[in-house]
Amino acid sequence: MTIFIQQVINGLMLGSVYALLALGYTMVYGIIKLINFAHGDIYMLGAYFGYFFIKVLHLNFFIALVLAMAVSAVIGVLIEYIAYRPLRHSPRIAVLISALGIAFLLENGMTYLYGSDQRSFPQAIKTVQYHFYGIQVSNIQLIIAVTSIVLMLLLTYVVKRTKMGRAMRAVSADPDAATLMGININHTISFTFAIGSALAAAGGVLIGLYYNSIDPLMGMTPGLKAFVAAVLGGIGIIPGAAVGGWLIGILETMVQATSFSAYKDAIVYAMLIVILLIKPTGILGKNKREKV
Amino acid sequence: MTQTILKTHDLSIRFGGVTAVDHVNIEASENELIGLIGPNGAGKTTLFNLLTGVYRPTEGDVALFDGQKLGIVNQQSPAKRARLGIARTFQNIRLFESRTVLENVMIAMNSHTRAHTWDAILRLPSFYKHEATLKNEARQLLSIFDMLGVQDTLATNLPYGQQRRLEIVRALATKPKILFLDEPAAGMNPQETADLTRLIKQVQQEFKMTIILIEHDMNLVMAVSERLYVLEYGKLLASGTPAEIQQNADVIRAYLGENDT
Amino acid sequence: MDQTHIKYTLSWAAMAAMGFVLIFMAQMVGLIGHYGVTTIVLIGINVIAALGLNLVVGISGQFSLGHAGFMAIGAYATALIMGVLPGVMGFIVGMVTGIAVSGIVALIVGIPTLRLRGDYLAIATLGFAEIIRIVIMNLKITNGPAGIFGIAPFVSWQLVYILAVITLIIVVNFVRSMPGRAIIAVRDNEIAAESLGINTTKYKVIAFVLGALFAAMAGSLRASFIQSIAPKDYAFMQSIMILIIIVIGGIGSMSGTVITAIALGILDTLLQNFGSLRMVIYSVILIVVMLIRPQGIFGSRELSLKKWLFDGGDGHDTDHTENA
Repeated sequence: MTIFIQQVINGLMLGSVYALLALGYTMVYGIIKLINFAHGDIYMLGAYFGYFFIKVLHLNFFIALVLAMAVSAVIGVLIEYIAYRPLRHSPRIAVLISALGIAFLLENGMTYLYGSDQRSFPQAIKTVQYHFYGIQVSNIQLIIAVTSIVLMLLLTYVVKRTKMGRAMRAVSADPDAATLMGININHTISFTFAIGSALAAAGGVLIGLYYNSIDPLMGMTPGLKAFVAAVLGGIGIIPGAAVGGWLIGILETMVQATSFSAYKDAIVYAMLIVILLIKPTGILGKNKREKV
Repeated sequence: MTQTILKTHDLSIRFGGVTAVDHVNIEASENELIGLIGPNGAGKTTLFNLLTGVYRPTEGDVALFDGQKLGIVNQQSPAKRARLGIARTFQNIRLFESRTVLENVMIAMNSHTRAHTWDAILRLPSFYKHEATLKNEARQLLSIFDMLGVQDTLATNLPYGQQRRLEIVRALATKPKILFLDEPAAGMNPQETADLTRLIKQVQQEFKMTIILIEHDMNLVMAVSERLYVLEYGKLLASGTPAEIQQNADVIRAYLGENDT
Repeated sequence: MDQTHIKYTLSWAAMAAMGFVLIFMAQMVGLIGHYGVTTIVLIGINVIAALGLNLVVGISGQFSLGHAGFMAIGAYATALIMGVLPGVMGFIVGMVTGIAVSGIVALIVGIPTLRLRGDYLAIATLGFAEIIRIVIMNLKITNGPAGIFGIAPFVSWQLVYILAVITLIIVVNFVRSMPGRAIIAVRDNEIAAESLGINTTKYKVIAFVLGALFAAMAGSLRASFIQSIAPKDYAFMQSIMILIIIVIGGIGSMSGTVITAIALGILDTLLQNFGSLRMVIYSVILIVVMLIRPQGIFGSRELSLKKWLFDGGDGHDTDHTENA
């Protein structure tokens, strides 16, 4: 039983990072219907910025985290402006390829500039292990959990209570109607990219701290998993991303602990397919019928 | 003696708490032209969707007849029902936009021709023969409706009235026994509506089929229909000849409102 | 029979033969070295895989991100059978088996998943391809992550060229036939297609399975040409690379696919000189091309020989007797 609880806790930690990433995927998808394949690479950039602020500028971890989020937000907005905005009225697949181009550019650009080797992320916070009734939790895990939850609550507040959040929801529901209501679509989309990128960067810095290592391709697999998480929860639905992220995190850690650990990604995908076949629009997705 | 070709029994469908079609009993005979009218939201298109297989009924049955009883088709897909002789047009036009007018009609003939995949891939003489036959048939159909001139135009580039017309031609290409027309005159100008009225009459007479028509244009419905069904709030309110319906107090109330008379 | 059809067919045949002769001569006089031949073979393999994917994504409108999975099946079936059955016979049996297995898997995967729409289908197919790769990576018989080495080479540029031309003929002829039109009808308007009696699931599955067959053929050729295979060659990125070819060429345009595969193959060779900057330049080109031509180089149109050679204007298939 304790092993089970331990795995659930570990899974929730990992899942929180997936959830942070999945939130960005789902918000961007909700607003411009784009699978932003470059999102995982913003997470990687975030980790590198965190590395730079801590290792080179010797900043406090939390200040570094906030700064990395801010810089990544700006980059996210720039990417949208340069590579996605001109294609807003083009076929969706063209934007998708442009996003892949950005993903390649970030991955290979970082490899070109800083090499493909792994770097060890500075131990900005000393690891302390706590034990409760046979369950082991580190302070780093707690930081990940608390930071993620705080960020998600903040996001919920922004989306539900602020003017910008209302604009986001309006644009995502019906862009044409939103324009008629006087909402500036371009600003709203930029804002969405800023928030999504900041959350991804936070995920990157937290993972850097947790695993102690970063590299230019570190965003590829988590990016894909976060996309899966977003779809699993119901893409475009913000709470769905969190649910999907945690579910995948837990499932992955559970399988990791069994003899099928080599198949853990396959099992995640299999679960995704089964859920989609039962519920084609994801766990929290609404089934929209085409009107005949 | 005319034969019954379609009949429903207590046909109903519920979406959540809303009963969109509520115990509707209608029937249609061979070569009959029936109008289906009612205020907006009365459930006319939903009834069409039940009859053509887009929706499955919550309760009740749809039966098709072909001399002897063909049976209840409640669970059959639209494609299966199409092969049994049901064709339709749509309220919001649904053409194959990237294809030419001719191809739209040829695609519709798909359902009653065998697919010769290997002949096509190997481009055997039989493929060209088959293709030529299809093209000829399609062109004949287009020429009946004065559309031969636009056969190579992309469907999406046709003017609105022609698009509606093409949808009807395409439905006819499946050689249906019953044709469902969902608001064919919607958005048409008076001239186009007059043409359409003639067209519907022409189809019924030349192709000898049953036509069931949803339409808000009362002049058109009254001019072409032999019999009318009136729906309100998903329920059948009245049925009868156009003259009877025009006199029916319930129908007048449904259209004009309670306090107006 | 129609005279134009014969002329038309002969012109295409002449063009294909000319390409063959040109490469042959270029190789004879030493214009194309060993490196050039490799480029040509890889281009041909990409053409085969991309034409298959274009059938699925472009013609039937089903967004699949799982092409690499079917390439992997073709490659591993070939390598494994060549391991027990030596010689050219092993290669042929291997390729045929790979294509057959791939088709069966596509059928099993396709029937349930093709009900899903748009991006949900994309992620489901991606998931299946990844499952295939992970299973291959963990099986003993496939030698795990290291893959299989020393596969006998039976693939020449001539073979790939001929198979690519055959693939093109099959795909184009299929698209311009009754079943092909039915598939396009399902893509253009599924509800209307169904109302006309077209079994929409059947036609989606046909396109998906055909696409998988060509993917397997490409995988099989690649295995014997490169002489080694590993699971990482068939990761998500491989599906993306093929997708990029068809999007740049113009979704649904087969001539666009062929020309883009050739252009990207040449570009790749040219960029080899740039070392680690290669992929950076590639990604910038990718973004710029999309920004300039979002609909792809050819849009959904085809390069039409008929238009050039016989009509001198409108490329329509009309009978001239009617205009006279």
